[in-house]
Amino acid sequence: MSSSNGKDAKNWVGQALPRKEENRLLRGRGRFSDDIKLREMLYLRFVRSPYAHAKIVGVDTSTAEKLSGVACALTGAEIVSQTQPFIEIGPDPFARIKDYPLAAAKVRYQGEPVAAVVAESAALADDAAELVQVEYEALDPVIDAEEALENQSLLHDEAGTNLVWNGVFEYGDVAKAFKEAAHVVTIDRMHFHRFSSTPLENNVVIARWDPKDERIYYQCNNSFPSFAIQFLAAHLQVHIDRIRVETSDIGGSFGIKITSYPQMAVCALASKKAGGRPVKWVETRSEHLTSSAHGNERIFRETRVALDKNGVITAITSRHIDDCGAYPRYEPLGCVIWSQVFPGVYRFKNARIDFSQAVTNKCPVGPNRGYSRMQHLWFLERIVDVCAHKLGIAPDEMRLRNYVRPEEFPYTTPNGCIYDSGNYPRMLQLAKQKIGWDDWKKKQATARKEGRLIGIGIGTTLDSGTNNFGQSQIVNPGLPYSGNSQGANCKLDIYGEVVVAVGSCPQGQGHETTAAQVVADVLNIHPDMVTVRTGFDTERNVHTGFSGTYASQFAVSGLSAVHGAAQKLKAEMKRLGAFVLETKEADVEFGTGAQGPELIAKSSGKSINYWGLANIVNANSASLPEELYELTLNCRYIWRAPFKVPDKQKKYGNLTMTYASQLHIAVIEVERDTFIPRILDYAAIDDCGTVINPPIVEGQVYGATAHGIGAALMENCVYDAVGNMLTSTFSDYTPITAMNMPHVKYGHISTPSPHSYSGAKGMGEGGAAPVHTISAALQDALFDEGVFIDDSFNNADSLFRALVGKEISQMEKLVKVEKR
Amino acid sequence: MNVPMKVTVNGKLHALDVEPRMLLVEMVREQLDLTGTHVGCDTTYCGACTVLLNGAAVKSCTMFAVQADGAEITTVEGLEKDGQLHPIQKAFGDAYGLQCGYCTPGLMLSTLQLLSENKQPDEKDMRKAIAGNTCRCTGYQNVLKAMQLAAQNMKGA
Ligand code: FES
Ligand code: FES
Repeated sequence: MSSSNGKDAKNWVGQALPRKEENRLLRGRGRFSDDIKLREMLYLRFVRSPYAHAKIVGVDTSTAEKLSGVACALTGAEIVSQTQPFIEIGPDPFARIKDYPLAAAKVRYQGEPVAAVVAESAALADDAAELVQVEYEALDPVIDAEEALENQSLLHDEAGTNLVWNGVFEYGDVAKAFKEAAHVVTIDRMHFHRFSSTPLENNVVIARWDPKDERIYYQCNNSFPSFAIQFLAAHLQVHIDRIRVETSDIGGSFGIKITSYPQMAVCALASKKAGGRPVKWVETRSEHLTSSAHGNERIFRETRVALDKNGVITAITSRHIDDCGAYPRYEPLGCVIWSQVFPGVYRFKNARIDFSQAVTNKCPVGPNRGYSRMQHLWFLERIVDVCAHKLGIAPDEMRLRNYVRPEEFPYTTPNGCIYDSGNYPRMLQLAKQKIGWDDWKKKQATARKEGRLIGIGIGTTLDSGTNNFGQSQIVNPGLPYSGNSQGANCKLDIYGEVVVAVGSCPQGQGHETTAAQVVADVLNIHPDMVTVRTGFDTERNVHTGFSGTYASQFAVSGLSAVHGAAQKLKAEMKRLGAFVLETKEADVEFGTGAQGPELIAKSSGKSINYWGLANIVNANSASLPEELYELTLNCRYIWRAPFKVPDKQKKYGNLTMTYASQLHIAVIEVERDTFIPRILDYAAIDDCGTVINPPIVEGQVYGATAHGIGAALMENCVYDAVGNMLTSTFSDYTPITAMNMPHVKYGHISTPSPHSYSGAKGMGEGGAAPVHTISAALQDALFDEGVFIDDSFNNADSLFRALVGKEISQMEKLVKVEKR
Repeated sequence: MNVPMKVTVNGKLHALDVEPRMLLVEMVREQLDLTGTHVGCDTTYCGACTVLLNGAAVKSCTMFAVQADGAEITTVEGLEKDGQLHPIQKAFGDAYGLQCGYCTPGLMLSTLQLLSENKQPDEKDMRKAIAGNTCRCTGYQNVLKAMQLAAQNMKGA
């Protein structure tokens, strides 16, 4: 990018600038939602179901309501009578289900809210919640997705089935590829487990339904507010402009906080019932783990892989069953989102995936870091990895033979997605160098002789960013969504301050800093002179239907919007500057002088600072000629991604704008006596094109790596046979700590994206590279023991059962190779 | 029913009346409005609520307020002096040791305790010192870098 006067030497984009957010966060002066206290504020507590599946016979809140200090209670029945069920994204028959924020007729997962009580203090609300009597009649729970598809016990009678969605994604000539194959590998079943990237800050909602102006005011930490208001307006039957959502500092989301709109609805209705007093709900950790959202669980059945004699994959067929928990909510979008990375990083052209999604009596799923793509990428990585082992091809060599080649970018996938740029072989080379591949190979051979189980695994993954929402029409042709957009506003305020607002809602990604870097480059000023608004606010009028922070896109959509708004402002300033400085626009230069940032006429040396400019437009306009009345120095810009609606029948089209990639290598030892898998070494290489702020990117890589390693080895949402969630506290769920997280050897390459203005690619989700990598490393360690790593979650217990008990994960039973 | 208590927080003495069941973290956040101390769990796992109680890092969600009667407490707000960041705060900023910042107050106080006992901690010491502090954003790598930097910054002190 260039600034007007050609001083490109000092570009702020690309620099390791300290984060603007730090000043408040380090001092304990961040403003998280739970820090907010309002006059007359009440506190809400939910009453939740202990059953996974049960009829609600009766809810009695009378004793609770009599407790002194209790303002009111709400039940599901009351909500049903006052609201419309939430919008369903999917088509019939699931479009017919009735999803309310409090269960009325039956409960469908443990932890589902059935009532809410509101009191003068949080402690009193706790007391009152315990006094609510709910009578249940237990029903048969369905915990397994494949079992759910047998429809023995239905979750939603209105749908008449537990099948939420089914579709076949078929490309190329599968039959021919199998006919010509030199090897056919079949894999009976694989399973991607349920976990949550669970942020450290739980969900928080403060709602006020003001009876004076009939508006609803939210202060909360929802991470996709423009989506939430669309659901809330339809549910609460209010004009969408009557809902104001503000977010401030957010303690992480990773997608999970997208789905807090049901709780937002209850808080608003409770406030209305309490006469407009503000109602605050602060989720507890166990509520978060049992009933906010989990990542999608997925089963891969009857996978067949065709390979040529060199181990090049030519075709894949498989049947996938996704488990979305009790209510689809954001689903069935996940039924298409995985196809953004349909072939992963590989070149095969022929494939047929039969994709189904089922409801089960478990917590509803929500977009979880790596949403819907990581499951599929893991599936592909397992295929490549197990085929390599089975055919006796070195796993690194196997990947090189199958990768999309550097010279093939931009690469069109069989389903019409366009991979913008990449260089997977170079990443592999760099990762091998970082980890000391040859050295580890030697050490591994020696250790093997001593009977030690050491494995080295490679995981290559994609982080697709900036969705084409047109893909939603593949799951439901009736949906009115396509493309992608983001808004930003850049203005000179009355005293000449540069102020930026953008429709994102950051949770630690440093948007205030990177947005300032972009604007500073456009105006040729220091980023400290740019104020970036914190958090999201519908009232700033910079949001579009897609505004929020999710799906690895800020570097593309957010910063493109900021860039566009800054360019617009710059053009206006230039026009005004030329008038004031009595010169031509081409003569006007942007810079900083003794009076702060200013515009200078090159020819005369005359200058005017930002205050002077802003003053003319805002407070001294009598000197302004009429032809300049249209200048506002307050410039709103909506950035739109250049997408087309995909072909719904063929399921073909470009679904995402950028494809960042990551390549990890792990060395793991499974201890012979304890079966504990220990990471001995770890390397991570990242390619997100042009980097806006290197340490911010590096930090995102470390964070995503920790989530992936945690997920692969420690973090699992476990349900028993009747739907009790067994990992409902941090002590059971055991999020990864500094004791388990290895040192990561980080490396970076950059293949700039031709699709974004700056060459940046969205990143931050990380594509769950560690999950693939650790599975591959464990496979390498245990292949000789006859173990097939068929699950994305592996801990000492499962490895013991595989190695000693031989009850699970047996290669012999699950994987067959047919040589032709 | 309320119990009177006295507590010094960040050098300031407070005389309070608290419910016996009130947790220390609730007292700090709700009564004193020091909202830099956070809550992340309900099982003493995450350390978002870490404060120093008479110099020792404790999880303020796992103590009753009344147990701190007569104690001296330091919260994150007490780290800076006259608007100047504490070397630990500076190090966390310089080393990009935070993202969302929700865990950061707790991590910095655990670091303060470590460095008051051990001026030259090695990586193992540092990892142990923050074993009870969960961070969901940073993967700990830059946190450890920040701790190392803080140790260096404070060597002279
Ligand atoms: S809130 Fe105290 S340890 Fe988690
Ligand atoms: S920085 Fe977000 S939890 Fe640590």
